[in-house]
Amino acid sequence: MATRKDPRLEGKKLLILKPVSPEGKDEAGYVVAVDTVSAGFRETVLAVSGSSARMAEGCKDRPVDMAIIGIVDDLSLDEGASPK
Amino acid sequence: MFLGRVVGCVWSTVKQADLQGQRLMIVQPMTPELKATGKRVVCTDATGAGAGELIYWCRGRESSFAFLPGEVTTDFTIVGIVDELRVKRG
Repeated sequence: MATRKDPRLEGKKLLILKPVSPEGKDEAGYVVAVDTVSAGFRETVLAVSGSSARMAEGCKDRPVDMAIIGIVDDLSLDEGASPK
Repeated sequence: MFLGRVVGCVWSTVKQADLQGQRLMIVQPMTPELKATGKRVVCTDATGAGAGELIYWCRGRESSFAFLPGEVTTDFTIVGIVDELRVKRG
């Protein structure tokens, strides 16, 4: 939640993301992202960072550098692709 | 651009409209010696790369340019499939 912010961010849902590996393990750090797909708590999502985030729907010309652009249904990993 | 190998794929139904029909691949960055290095990333695919293929990918805003004139919200894209690699040492 943020009350004082850039007016161009008003009405945007901000979520805290924890980066995860493809196996679902937590990776270092957290990021705050603008949500464009109505993601929910503990959902695995896809996020874009940097200037690509401004391409997301409703983020054009807004001060955004991380946007959630998809909700992950499932993923598959080739055998042996996981690092030891 | 960076070397990588396709190690998996991601399915997503709820996503940005401009991502409809895009394949999302999990790419493991590789060294020229073909050792895995660094974190895996989810890439859109501009080449039709398949599982296990050695590819190169680019990152940042430029990665969406692969789909011009379409606008695709992405920050990693597979932009080429590697046929052969020659590395000279020393």
